[in-house]
Amino acid sequence: MAITKDDILHVANLARLEMDNTRLDEFSTQLGEILGYVEKLNRADTEGVSPTSNAMALSNAFREDVVRPHLTNEDALSNAPENEDGSFLVPKVIT
Amino acid sequence: MSLHELTIAQARELLDKKEISSKELTSSVFDQIERVEDKVDAFLTISKDEAEEQADAADKRIAAGDISPLTGIPLAIKDVICTKGVRTTCASKILENFIPPYDANVMEKLNAQGAVMVGKSNMDEFAMGASTEFSGFKPTKNPWDLSRIPGGSSGGSAAAVAADMCIGSIGSDTGGSVRQPASHCGVVGMKPTYGRVSRYGLVAFASSLDQIGPFGKSVEDVAVLMNAISGFDERDSTSIKEDVPDFTKSLSEGMKGMKIGLPREYFEAAGLDEEVKQLVNVAIDKLVEMGAEKVEISLPQTEYVVSVYYIIAPCEASSNLARYDGVRYGKRADDAESMIDMFRKSRSRGFGDEVQRRIIIGTYSLSSGYYDAYYGKASQVRTLIIEDFKDAFEKCDVMVSPVAPEPASLIGEMSGDPLKMYTADIFTVSANLAGIPGMSVPCGFTKSGLPVGLQIMGKHFNEEALIKTAYNYEKAAGINGKKPVL
Repeated sequence: MAITKDDILHVANLARLEMDNTRLDEFSTQLGEILGYVEKLNRADTEGVSPTSNAMALSNAFREDVVRPHLTNEDALSNAPENEDGSFLVPKVIT
Repeated sequence: MSLHELTIAQARELLDKKEISSKELTSSVFDQIERVEDKVDAFLTISKDEAEEQADAADKRIAAGDISPLTGIPLAIKDVICTKGVRTTCASKILENFIPPYDANVMEKLNAQGAVMVGKSNMDEFAMGASTEFSGFKPTKNPWDLSRIPGGSSGGSAAAVAADMCIGSIGSDTGGSVRQPASHCGVVGMKPTYGRVSRYGLVAFASSLDQIGPFGKSVEDVAVLMNAISGFDERDSTSIKEDVPDFTKSLSEGMKGMKIGLPREYFEAAGLDEEVKQLVNVAIDKLVEMGAEKVEISLPQTEYVVSVYYIIAPCEASSNLARYDGVRYGKRADDAESMIDMFRKSRSRGFGDEVQRRIIIGTYSLSSGYYDAYYGKASQVRTLIIEDFKDAFEKCDVMVSPVAPEPASLIGEMSGDPLKMYTADIFTVSANLAGIPGMSVPCGFTKSGLPVGLQIMGKHFNEEALIKTAYNYEKAAGINGKKPVL
């Protein structure tokens, strides 16, 4: 299951990353090697084995749904590239 | 001995006896930073003004008898941990100007004790790497040999302790990022059990693997730091309600009755350097001399651990790093034509190559048609790895092994070959996949003068056994006190 340049372009689009030809060449070699290496997992017998997403086998952590103080509006906006009227400002979405 | 060379325990004693002030101690640390930081490059931000204020406040507390174990102690903090009002970059251009409006849980705890923060230490960008060469700003150098890497990703935190530019430090470990730089820099480092230390305010890389951990000049110092940062926090949904023992109580002599397991696969691993193997074996003999019983154990899934890690960690990273979109914080490209274009340009210019490589691998492994073959399969093998450890810990109390197959490599030696770099994580990633604690304690030097660490791993929430083993070894080996010449 070798990764193709088209795969990388498709995935880069999903991940919102630009991919110029130089990087595409470099990545397709490196990612090909890495994914080739991890193929060895196919040898592991996992018939009937459940997957682990958390090593501590945690269940949901519930808490009461109560309002508590957190960041102020000013603090929340303090690192925003652009803001206006207490909101994050983004480029026009509908043109 | 200069004040900056002190351990936390030594400094505590002098501070409490009023023989020195935190102001003097802190000023000695900054003199050392002034003298060697240009050579080592351990810091991304040096917070001298804030540190001086904290030292003054600590001296007032000490005068008033309001003393905690870390009151007045200068510490370096890895730049992946949010520090209110002090720039936190994760060594990424995308967060170059990010000033957190809140403190991480560990910072709240350290501040409550009156610790002094000297600065934010360098790391691989978003903690992705094992050399600190993937910092978006500059590589950190190994204080023992400036042409070599300090290890990573917490390379700055380890190098700062080794070079006496702080008295202790805090890092984070997702696949070995505390233990491996501790080994390469000749300091003590610990990755606690997953859930022992709150991740609130730790910038997320791979959430099921990330854990904050301390570095110290001695095992005792690491125990003191563990006491300070451990404990349940409801703001981290994976934090675990488990009693926190006084880890300094484990600093007791005697290894009688302790079973130390040697994972056969680790000692037979291809690529394990002969000198490293020998130093580790000598350390194990020392533990046996002190009464420990050596047990051979097997971790049959070892051949798969790097593969599992390098699927799971990038998958989690690709999801976690989706938040850097130029909207709420971080770099925004100002020449974008549309919203999507802004996301794309901001991310591509802000993230370095290694981060982008991992985002692509992660997105690919999670994408439709490949999920089962990659993420699904890796998550199943992760279960088998956890079972390996459960079985092995039936036969032993702790496991001992090398931390890394080789001593610190030359800067530039590995950075062009990601796969080669990844495979060097073979002895450390399992502890993160299984959630168990791991530690690195210095066990000598190679003939060319490079430090080597002994890894000790233990059962969930049994950091005490690691600290006890490391403490006994450290005492018997008597290698404390050797300093790099800078």
